[in-house]
Amino acid sequence: MTHHPFRTASGGFIDRSKPVRFRFDGRDYRGFEGDTLASALLAEGVRLVGRSFKYHRPRGILSAGPEEPNALVELRSGARREPNTRATVAELFEGLEATSQNRWPSLTFDLMSVNGLFAPGLVAGFYYKTFMWPSAFWEKLYEPLIRRAAGLGRAANAEDPDHYEKAFAFCDLLVIGSGPAGLAAALAAGRSGARVILCEQDFRLGGQLLAERREIDGRPATEWLAETIAELASLDTVRLMPRTTVFGLYDHGVFGAVERVSDHLPVPPPHQPRQRGWRIYAKRSVLAAGAIERPIVFAGNDKPGVMLASAVRSYVNRFGVLPGRKAVLFTAGDEAWSTAADLSAAGAEIVAIIDSRPDANPARADLARKLGARYLAGGAVTAARGWQQLDHITVREASGAETVLPCDLLAVSNGWNPALHLTSHQNGKPVWNEAAQAFVPGDVPPGMAVAGNAAGRWTLAEALVDGDRLSREAVADLGFTPAPAARMPAIEAEATGLLPVWRVKGGRGKAFVDFQNDVTDKDVEIAAREGFRSVEHLKRYTTLGMATDQGKTSNLSGLALMAEQTGQSIAATGTTRFRPPYTPVAIGALAGHHRGRDFRSTRLSPTHEWSRQAGAVFIESGAWLRAQYYPQPGENDWLTSVNREVLAVRKGVGLCDVSTLGKIDIQGRDAATFLERVYTNGWANLPVGKARYGLMLREDGFVFDDGTTSRLGENHFLMTTTTANAERVMQHLEFCHQVLWPELDLHMASVSDQWAQAAVAGPRSRETLARLVDAPHDISNAAFPYLAVREITVAGGIPARLFRLSFSGELAYELAVPARYGDAMMAALMEEGRDFGITPYGIEALGVLRIEKGHVAGNELNGQTTARDLGLGGLMSPRKDYIGRLMATRPALTEPNRPMLAGFKPVNKADRLRAGAHFLDLSSTATMENDLGFMTSVAFSPHLGHWIGLGLIRGGTSRIGERVRAHDPVRGGDFEVEICSPVFIDPEGVRLRG
Amino acid sequence: MLISCPHCGARDSQEFAYLGAADLQRPDGLEASLAAMTDYVYLRENPAGRLRELWYHRGGCGRWLVVTRDTRNHRIEAVEPARPKGTEAGA
Ligand SMILES: [Zn+2]
Repeated sequence: MTHHPFRTASGGFIDRSKPVRFRFDGRDYRGFEGDTLASALLAEGVRLVGRSFKYHRPRGILSAGPEEPNALVELRSGARREPNTRATVAELFEGLEATSQNRWPSLTFDLMSVNGLFAPGLVAGFYYKTFMWPSAFWEKLYEPLIRRAAGLGRAANAEDPDHYEKAFAFCDLLVIGSGPAGLAAALAAGRSGARVILCEQDFRLGGQLLAERREIDGRPATEWLAETIAELASLDTVRLMPRTTVFGLYDHGVFGAVERVSDHLPVPPPHQPRQRGWRIYAKRSVLAAGAIERPIVFAGNDKPGVMLASAVRSYVNRFGVLPGRKAVLFTAGDEAWSTAADLSAAGAEIVAIIDSRPDANPARADLARKLGARYLAGGAVTAARGWQQLDHITVREASGAETVLPCDLLAVSNGWNPALHLTSHQNGKPVWNEAAQAFVPGDVPPGMAVAGNAAGRWTLAEALVDGDRLSREAVADLGFTPAPAARMPAIEAEATGLLPVWRVKGGRGKAFVDFQNDVTDKDVEIAAREGFRSVEHLKRYTTLGMATDQGKTSNLSGLALMAEQTGQSIAATGTTRFRPPYTPVAIGALAGHHRGRDFRSTRLSPTHEWSRQAGAVFIESGAWLRAQYYPQPGENDWLTSVNREVLAVRKGVGLCDVSTLGKIDIQGRDAATFLERVYTNGWANLPVGKARYGLMLREDGFVFDDGTTSRLGENHFLMTTTTANAERVMQHLEFCHQVLWPELDLHMASVSDQWAQAAVAGPRSRETLARLVDAPHDISNAAFPYLAVREITVAGGIPARLFRLSFSGELAYELAVPARYGDAMMAALMEEGRDFGITPYGIEALGVLRIEKGHVAGNELNGQTTARDLGLGGLMSPRKDYIGRLMATRPALTEPNRPMLAGFKPVNKADRLRAGAHFLDLSSTATMENDLGFMTSVAFSPHLGHWIGLGLIRGGTSRIGERVRAHDPVRGGDFEVEICSPVFIDPEGVRLRG
Repeated sequence: MLISCPHCGARDSQEFAYLGAADLQRPDGLEASLAAMTDYVYLRENPAGRLRELWYHRGGCGRWLVVTRDTRNHRIEAVEPARPKGTEAGA
């Protein structure tokens, strides 16, 4: 097979010495380095690349950029398969695989194209009208039917194997777009020493200059381009970012951008991401995003072979590709005339130039004659025809006569729409500019200036002037000494006359407004007739502009047609505003590395390494990875290990990491006063060297958090919080101090990460610790009683804090050392406790021990319980004000029949309790009305030999001895339990004081 | 969105936690009526326009700030510490 039948002999920004092989729909093709998939397909003579969304009409390539509505393909295969990729921006690489979408069984023979025959059923509003009733049919019938008939590509079925990154950048000036305006802006700012970032969505800098045969200062514009890029690259403060789309502007000059790091490669290089999501903080910005050419609405305007004039020039001049050999130009303005000249110079035959403007201009007539083309002033293409691709057009001449012209390429131009999307992301409203015949930026976001085509200023000279001037103004505003105004190069005169033609009536067949969503001129008429006349209604009723291209080539035609229907001007009809993203962004680029296990960061305790070596099984607990239990050889299930660990604490000594508790150091003359106000119970009388349990409410009266707080000095306290609430409590306390009571003299600091802390619990804990504590510190029961706290040293001088606290109900201590000694502390305690059978235990056993002792924890502190609900009402001091005091007196919070804490044990001791089971009276049916409360925490108590539970039940401990049912519809349990005291072990507290 | 913390400089709003309208006057829980306390807990100004509001710089200095922001366009007029200098007892 001969390759590149439509490639020109020379020219373009492609490397003809570097052939690239690729596949499309299973066939092999060749392109060159520098091609896009679209240009390579056109060079190979492939024009039919997809089927349309609704009618399955054959579609080709309309544009040469990100606005492409038709040429969407599935790129790559397997786990990397990526649907709805625009062939016009997909950079060609060796081995690229692409597949056409939305066709069955094949692209050239598509059975679903009969949709087009049922066309009357698929017009505007058809979803609303046709599939209204009965609603039950939606799921089973309508939706699958619609989905099979209409649709886009298929997503990959496997997890994306590539990596994505997030990155942050800061600059004085962000320049968006690297056409002449953008390059001039970047150069002016770069020369002044400002930090500049230049983002270009294309893989090559230059913008429209790449597509045009222009001269600057009498030399080819490409020379100016090369020199400018070289100077920019030489400036230290300028960062050039090709393949980077700025997709959104957020508040205060924060831009979102996506850099396609490896999309142009078969697979990303080692350690490189596929894409990188950027957050760019820019003090000022110049939007130089150019403009998007507008098509014309006429019958068959979607036929492959009908192409935007600017795209034709891009394929001819940039890629060395002839998109057709017998060409017709249909234009509403001057600017597209160069298309005919460029095509002719590249060897195409120019059949005719149809300029819809009625005045027969002698200069244009002269140019047409030179090109050997017919010049039809005031003419219009009424229809493009052909089977699967363009074969001929019908033209209505100014005289009214109909002519048929054979051709394989129809270049169309109806003027341009500025790519002003970013100016609209902060609610800026575009305004109609009569001179430019386009919507141009209205109120521009603070810090942004708009240059060149993006501002509706159409000439190359204006682009260069704008870029230079706006950039110098921006950097001067930031305090830089701007470079002197650039000398403006000589540019030949540019004609920009334009008289848009929004629609040509009278042709046979469908005339498309929105190619991607298959919205026709008739659909707009129906919307107008049925009263959906505002632009927002038009959009929703017809789906105009709602496809993946967001109507980049269609919105204005739709508005203009609506204006025509309603007899209003386009300005009065108005336009919809744009929202981010400018072009589709992969979720991966937004997520970066935050997926799977790395969705959020994992925190490790300072004793983690020791626990790992001790064989711990870890479990996620909030942000933390904590030791769950420590299986020993021969233990085959977790319960066996946990039972052993629990009994070791009850009978000997156990060791458990509690470093994850929140720790807040509070110092100052008013520290005790402060604690009085944030805790429900009293603190003023706590002696130095003692700890106390504290209960904290939210201001709405519900329990917030609990923990022990120790008085290390007269004006020095150390608060502990639950692991889960460490950060929230800190924020709350800072609020109380800084906002509510700024007059209090104190300071707070979180020291959670500064200390490693271990619970040493069990009858042999004192003997174990005594071996580690340095002399002369005395930890005998007399010298160091229950709730004592002291700053000591251990292991020969290591500073430590010892707390006599017990969560398990046994004689127990908590030992804290600076975090860096965490692993060493655990190892030392194991060593010293060996003689007493010391056993490490995890949070599973910790939970069993606290449930046996009736201590509440996270399951009970669930944000919906009051102090009284939890049996802690006695801690609510009547003598002082504190956060939540008054709101806790609300009737609903003090209602006597609220579910309150109690203990539960199964009547049949073999039954396994389940947290979440609801309580019912013995004879009640399982309804909401009969609900008495629910089980909050359960554990198997090896001490008692059966399951036990804590729960909230109406009546609470006043019902001790009564039986109720624990009903668990989720896991299917329903059996009798007996209500008992929540304290299952040592209710008198003898052990912990021993 | 960027918030210019008086201690840390201009920082992304992701570093901050939000707590609605500022200028709260917490009634004394021993003396106030339940109705007054309910208003304090639940009622907040929520204007379309200029609003003094509380932000906590949790990813930075840990200060509560009063940010004066226009809720219609997020323009920020002023950022001050919620606890002004010199409010400490004896300072
Ligand atoms: Zn700060």
